[in-house]
Amino acid sequence: MSERSEGTINTVATDYSPKPGAAPVGRMLLAQTAFETRMLLRNGEQLLLTVVIPTVLLVLFSAVDIVAVEGPGKRVDFLAPGLLALAVMSTAFTGQAIATGFERRYGVLKRLGASPLPRWALLTAKTGCVLVTEALQVALLSVIALALGWSPQGDFLSVVALLVLGTAAFSGLGLLMAGTLKAEATLAGANLVFILLLLAGGVIVPLSRFPDAVRSVLELLPISALSDGLRSVLQHGAGVPWSDLGILAGWSVLGLAAAARFFRWE
Amino acid sequence: MHSEPAVQIAGLVKRYGDKSAVDGLDLTIATNAITAVLGPNGAGKTTTIETCEGYRRPDAGTVRVLGLDPVAQNAALRPRIGVMLQSGGVYAGARAVEMLRHTARLHAHPLDVDDLVERLGLGSCGRTTYRRLSGGQQQRLALAMAVVGRPELVFLDEPTAGLDPQARRATWELVRDLRRDGVTVVVTTHHMDEAEQLADRVAIVDRGRVIADGTTEELCRGGAEDSLRFDGPPGLDLGPLLKELPEGATATETAPGSYRVEAPVDPRLLATVTGWCAASGILPERLSVQRRSLEDVFLDLTGRELRS
Repeated sequence: MSERSEGTINTVATDYSPKPGAAPVGRMLLAQTAFETRMLLRNGEQLLLTVVIPTVLLVLFSAVDIVAVEGPGKRVDFLAPGLLALAVMSTAFTGQAIATGFERRYGVLKRLGASPLPRWALLTAKTGCVLVTEALQVALLSVIALALGWSPQGDFLSVVALLVLGTAAFSGLGLLMAGTLKAEATLAGANLVFILLLLAGGVIVPLSRFPDAVRSVLELLPISALSDGLRSVLQHGAGVPWSDLGILAGWSVLGLAAAARFFRWE
Repeated sequence: MHSEPAVQIAGLVKRYGDKSAVDGLDLTIATNAITAVLGPNGAGKTTTIETCEGYRRPDAGTVRVLGLDPVAQNAALRPRIGVMLQSGGVYAGARAVEMLRHTARLHAHPLDVDDLVERLGLGSCGRTTYRRLSGGQQQRLALAMAVVGRPELVFLDEPTAGLDPQARRATWELVRDLRRDGVTVVVTTHHMDEAEQLADRVAIVDRGRVIADGTTEELCRGGAEDSLRFDGPPGLDLGPLLKELPEGATATETAPGSYRVEAPVDPRLLATVTGWCAASGILPERLSVQRRSLEDVFLDLTGRELRS
């Protein structure tokens, strides 16, 4: 395409004449997804959150008798489903909220709003980035858990349904936070929520340890529904966990609708 | 098609709370030209530009950019314009070249990224992430991102703020090359010298309105600020010179050996003064002419300094 030939590199001026146009939307989507994923994997704090913490918790609590696990099988059979749920929360909620909050703060979302990339494509790319990251997390955690003697039960499709609905629920809540609060508040808030839900959402501490009144509230949290649903399938070999899927679907609708309504791009 | 203006703004009003950032602004911007929107900070320049870019919905008035409504027809407009925000717009963890390459991928016929990188000296940024680039490097990257998609119309919001003189000149050269190749450029600035040197047309904005609009030549024509100064032997008799000057002109010795002629500055005035010097056997030293600047125009119109 270049008009210049060899040997005349600096003598022929670049042609800036207008030739505007958006790239095909599929290409934009792919480029944006790849770029967002690259940014995420480069970010040290994000990797700590999405890879290091779930892995360390899985290995530590499988090996050492600190938390009281329950149900059939080995310790890892209780822990692995909870940490898969944690992985989803860390990427779809905490990581996405913090990254998007700072993108909003630094005018990235605003600048992309003047590019040919449609907003729906930007959000789709973000979802794609979350799914790619989750696939890597699930693969990593599964390999480690299997090495620790994990023997997963149940049917694969129920697990996929839980992971997808969990991702939708946490993405809605994460984007709601990122699109309405200041970046610093999102950073602090998303981390705080991460720790609270890690402790009180049935990830490593069984909900049966909590008083009944508290427990019935905690069971409605998306993290509880996700870890409980994954555990009922993977540890107990139960059928489709409809009530957990229902709770996650409810959070998805609420979170995504609120995010769509209240998200501010600048 | 080129006879249609690039931007047409009529009666634009934009309020934030009960404060009007833009208050009945009218502006027409021609294609194939560099137009500077000049005004002090807070005059409403950025709000006006961001309304053209589709970021703000007007409270009143109409805005048409390339014939399109920037809000209602945003999707059709976006691929055709290039936008440089006043700051930011880049992922904190992205490297300069990588970000530019990504922006190029969103367009159908982007410029050669390597050319642009070389042109704007971004190659030396290497693997440095955006948050660690210098302010000047960040500005140049934002400029590159605005032009990489080969837009028809480019909006540059304070493109040279914080740049060193060399980087500033590189920016001006690129803007001139864009005009040469038929791109329309709108640039906001509060540097009058930038507007004077770069722009074909200047719109002076103050308190949310355009208070003057035209070529620099038109805006600066006339006015009492035109003067010519020179040094020579002290105590010269200026009477004979005055007789040769146009009506209304004055000639005074402002300090011993320093002379000042106040009259519309044109080549004839210069010839008259130097002719008189030659006839009197005087070598005028430190001869300088001062013309009315946009700063003076602004001062005349508002009674305030531009950079207040």
